[in-house]
Amino acid sequence: MNFEFTEEQEMIRQAARDYARRELTQDVMERDEKAIFPTKHVKALGELGFLGMMTDPKWGGSGMDTVSYVLALTELAKVDASVAVIMSVNNSLVNYGIETYGNDFQREKYLRPLADGTAIGAFLLSEPEAGSDATKQRTTAEDKGDYYLLNGTKNWITNANSASTYLVMAQTDPTRGHRGINAFIVEKDSPGITLGPHEDKMGMRSSDTHSVMFMDVKVPKENRIGEDGFGFKFAMNLLNGGRIGIASQATGIAWGAMDLALKYSRERKAFGTEIFNHQSVAFKLADMAVKVENAHNLCLKAAWLRDQKKRANKAAAMAKRYAADIAMEVTTEAVQIHGGYGYVREYHVERLMREAKLTQIYEGTSEIQKIVISREMVKGL
Amino acid sequence: MNILVCVSNVPDTTTKVKFSGTQLETEGVQWIVNPWDELAITRALELKESGAGVDKITIATVGLVGTETTIRKGLAMGADDAFRVDADPTDAFFTATQLAEVIKAGSYDLIMTGFESADYNGISVGGMLSEILGYPSVGAVSAVNIVDGKLQIDREIDGGKEVLSVQTPVVASVQKGIAIDPRIPAMRGIMMARRKPLTVMPAVEVEVYTEVVEIELPEAKSAVKMFDAEDIQGLVNALKNEANVI
Amino acid sequence: MSVLVYLENWDGKFKKVSFELLSYGKKIAEDMGVPMFALSLGKVDASELETLKTYGPEKIFVNDNGFDSLDNEMYASAISQAAEKEDATLVVFSQDNVGNALAGRVAVRLKAGLVSAVSAIPISYDPFIIKKKVYTNKVFGHVKVNTAKKILSLSKNTFEIIENAAAGVVEELALDHAEPKTKVESTDKVTGKLLLTDAELVVSAGRGMKGPENWGMIEELAETLGAATACSRPCSDEGWRPHTEHVGQTGKIIAPNLYIAIGISGAIQHIGGISNSKCIVAINKDPDAPIFEAADYGIVGDAFKVIPELNEALKNA
Repeated sequence: MNFEFTEEQEMIRQAARDYARRELTQDVMERDEKAIFPTKHVKALGELGFLGMMTDPKWGGSGMDTVSYVLALTELAKVDASVAVIMSVNNSLVNYGIETYGNDFQREKYLRPLADGTAIGAFLLSEPEAGSDATKQRTTAEDKGDYYLLNGTKNWITNANSASTYLVMAQTDPTRGHRGINAFIVEKDSPGITLGPHEDKMGMRSSDTHSVMFMDVKVPKENRIGEDGFGFKFAMNLLNGGRIGIASQATGIAWGAMDLALKYSRERKAFGTEIFNHQSVAFKLADMAVKVENAHNLCLKAAWLRDQKKRANKAAAMAKRYAADIAMEVTTEAVQIHGGYGYVREYHVERLMREAKLTQIYEGTSEIQKIVISREMVKGL
Repeated sequence: MNILVCVSNVPDTTTKVKFSGTQLETEGVQWIVNPWDELAITRALELKESGAGVDKITIATVGLVGTETTIRKGLAMGADDAFRVDADPTDAFFTATQLAEVIKAGSYDLIMTGFESADYNGISVGGMLSEILGYPSVGAVSAVNIVDGKLQIDREIDGGKEVLSVQTPVVASVQKGIAIDPRIPAMRGIMMARRKPLTVMPAVEVEVYTEVVEIELPEAKSAVKMFDAEDIQGLVNALKNEANVI
Repeated sequence: MSVLVYLENWDGKFKKVSFELLSYGKKIAEDMGVPMFALSLGKVDASELETLKTYGPEKIFVNDNGFDSLDNEMYASAISQAAEKEDATLVVFSQDNVGNALAGRVAVRLKAGLVSAVSAIPISYDPFIIKKKVYTNKVFGHVKVNTAKKILSLSKNTFEIIENAAAGVVEELALDHAEPKTKVESTDKVTGKLLLTDAELVVSAGRGMKGPENWGMIEELAETLGAATACSRPCSDEGWRPHTEHVGQTGKIIAPNLYIAIGISGAIQHIGGISNSKCIVAINKDPDAPIFEAADYGIVGDAFKVIPELNEALKNA
């Protein structure tokens, strides 16, 4: 057992922290207010290697471990959860998916630009009528011999507009149920793809979320990932790991709110003293610290398991469930500590509270995480 | 052209320092690359990347093994190799003497030092180093450029700046303005840092010129005297009659 | 044995800091029971040299042959020769760009221990112990100097000017000339503007001013007071104000008699750059801003309302 980070891990954490504090803080409020995509930050983070940090250097990535990834994502999310989710989707879903389950042709053509930060990816699973229950895919991929023909609609797609590479799940053989689902790499500028309007979200407003419509979109056979019918398993495997990213994001949101609340409590005075000196406030902060520490440790445990090539499904689900829920609690308390100031934009905590809510919903709701955890328990894992 | 950047390892400038005797209590202290040194590395990297003719960037520090973290940060930022003189630096003369040994053992055209270090605030290593080596030096350097393969150095003067041409090798003590923000190391650099050469050299004997024999905490400041926003005249009277500053 | 004070000149003129250095050197020379000498390199009017006498130098050494612009090596060589000629046990520099560039070089030449940025006379002479601020002005260190010869650099505006007339005989200093290895190719300088590092009064503003377009009232206030203008780091980073106005640990460290901080929250890095000011006034709308802990006087209020009123009140003061 060892709770020390390596020098490289510390350096990555510091690099992420420096970038977040120096660059993201400058325009985070404006991007939130006007729902502007962080184009320049995504480019800069790509150049620094954050967008492909876990991908093998052979494919243009940096080959960092999952623990480093948790540290980097947490630091970015302390300041700006929208940027963190863009990085999370790219790393733990799209890059990881192509690197692990794709073939060398796909890796060379699609993974390399994603890993070296020159392209962004998106993951298209959710549908208007298939959210938590992803087995009911209505998007179809008809086998036409040389190619597949895609038709249907995907919902709530992060990076939908900014991505150039889509990972799309679609039903090829409805008679086989979820075993008839395939996963495809689809280029966003393929004819027949149209985007719905930018979703006007409550939080994470600077990430671009759209629905995506497919109308007779031709996808070459060579862009299918794995064997015929592998798509559902593929998606579930990715989500099992991807949760560590969102769990870290949620931890970062909570942490950022806690830091702001602690700072505020030592500046703001009431009844003749800093409000930190009132036990009602100090105890709130202590509870926040315990929650954040627990969430962070759960993320790190799940990351460590993955780095050891051990099964991390339960640990990742626990991390996601816990971190998302405490993010909501901690950000709400942070607003409370700020009082009236907490309810206005200038003090950031109301934004963090809005952002926290989404972490309980996407990449598997908190309820879905409980299903995963309980099923793993039954399996004795 | 080869550039050597002298770096020191200092407590984060926001650290609340505590002492036992003359020893800084290191518990909870975060150590960082001295901010000006970090800017010097950044500028050296910019020059190298611009294709102006920089071949190699070397980092040198005087410190115990714990300072290697700081050195590797510099290597992660993009420096090519590093030297560490294995000693706890005592005063500016000690540090300058050790750095001079590193420089004599190599071949450098430009040596940059941060204009002061955020610990003992000595401001003197650059000048001492240049004198020991017999090199020209420029202080208060606000810009370093390479024009047609030749170094051009801006020096801040009262009310403006001077642009200097210099014979090399030269020692430049750099200050704010040399680079805007310190370079954030990229993942690839972080990954490579351990594979870059880091040579450890023994320290040479140096006579102890100066030593800190006691640390004294500043007197507590008297409380601020507040005036109501409507009582501007009260403030003006205080400045005039009490503080006697206007 | 003697104390030697090096005096830089600005286009042939001396400044208040020159008299501070002489007053400081004289005090130490008296304590040590030795004479004080001054050294001036470069072209200076005779009338300017005359003004130095008031502050106690027995002799004033001069040489204006080739000292048109600063070459550290050449100047350090000249100062060292003067120190050796007069058997100076202590050499005093000003803690500024020029003093910083020269003191270290002279220290090596004379095999002298150097203590920079001091603000008071030594605590004791034998052993020689002197106080200076360390760790970015957070604490004082008592520095013991073990060498026979010592060098000090004195921070500006920290030592009181004391009149103490002496012979002040001007004497040409014979020198072995070193060839300069640096050359000033061009100079870009604003003249006539009050320099931040020289100013006794400073009006400084921060992010609370909302944007560069609102600096008019800051400049008006500075003009009323005859003060220099300064800013906090975010304002120079954002390009609202030039970098030369940035006051703080990584910018300019100043010690004026009066520092007025407007809309500056007072981060620890900022305080590190102003803590030697004699009097700090903070004006901030946030009553909990840390600047009030560093301030002597404070007003909680809207800068946009307070500043014009303060300006009027000062005009009538």
